[in-house]
Amino acid sequence: MMAAAAILGGTRPLVLDGIDRAIVRATQAGLPLTAAPYRAIGEAVGISEAEVIRRMTAMLEHGVIRRIGAVPNHYRLGYRGNAMSVWDVSNDRVEAIGEKIGALDFVSHCYWRPRHPPLWPYNLFAMVHGRTRDEAMEKVARIAEILGTEDRGHDALLSSRILKKTGLRIAG
Amino acid sequence: MDCGSTYDTLDRRLLDEFQRGFPLTERPFADLAERLQTGEGEVIERLRRLKEEGAVSRVGAVVAPHALGRSTLAALAVPAERLDEIAELVSGYHEVNHNYEREHRFNLWFVVTAEDEDAVAAVLDDIARRTGLEPLDLPLLEPFHLDLGFALQWR
Repeated sequence: MMAAAAILGGTRPLVLDGIDRAIVRATQAGLPLTAAPYRAIGEAVGISEAEVIRRMTAMLEHGVIRRIGAVPNHYRLGYRGNAMSVWDVSNDRVEAIGEKIGALDFVSHCYWRPRHPPLWPYNLFAMVHGRTRDEAMEKVARIAEILGTEDRGHDALLSSRILKKTGLRIAG
Repeated sequence: MDCGSTYDTLDRRLLDEFQRGFPLTERPFADLAERLQTGEGEVIERLRRLKEEGAVSRVGAVVAPHALGRSTLAALAVPAERLDEIAELVSGYHEVNHNYEREHRFNLWFVVTAEDEDAVAAVLDDIARRTGLEPLDLPLLEPFHLDLGFALQWR
């Protein structure tokens, strides 16, 4: 059993309890595609439809849930070029640069991660998608242009096989 | 690739306009249908079809990383002749939800998600022990993108 996690959102922390976790677990694979999906979730978790809606609204407002909606399968929709671009930028500048790169419309995820020199010198990760590998690589080149001399080295790792991809799963 | 022709305007609107803001109401599909000027049954049927065809992975909540557990991005440099075997071993962990082969010396990239940091570390240790390879452990320090969806460009 996990300790309750406090998530800061706005000024009030939201403390998640076992019921919130059960709701998230019950919706991991998606909402049931039936007329009253929150009622179905409530039945699975053992609470009312109104309580499911109230708790999901609170989790959304506090950023525990980022969004609720259709999650497209980019690969299936023709975005076959996927490159994980990785960048070595100064730690002092990584936040400002990350904000800028993360805001680009062709970047789906942008994260600051630790380096592991000498094996891994990169600290900024930006995932780019294109219909082809060339298109993805053109987008990597655009990021390099934007960074200019702040780019102290980069690489782009194209995906050759998706071996496993499932929604986030939570233990417990 | 021209994938656009497979999907009509209503499909595209369902894929494009509802990546966020799905209604938290008693009859959410009826609300979507009203905005799209169609019927509730039509919306449900189309989403079922899009899911069956794989165009939509799911209709549901995207949870913030670390809101309900801990995760890390890990990579292994796997010798080519062991790649299939080790990829299968890694995918076999229920804590691994993404596993990609990438073109690099570090050629296997996967995300480990578990209830806390110790549980994540235990999975990485177990993988290291079983494969004899040391994973790179690259936990998220800060996200710069809120993952509010992704604009699809139709042709």
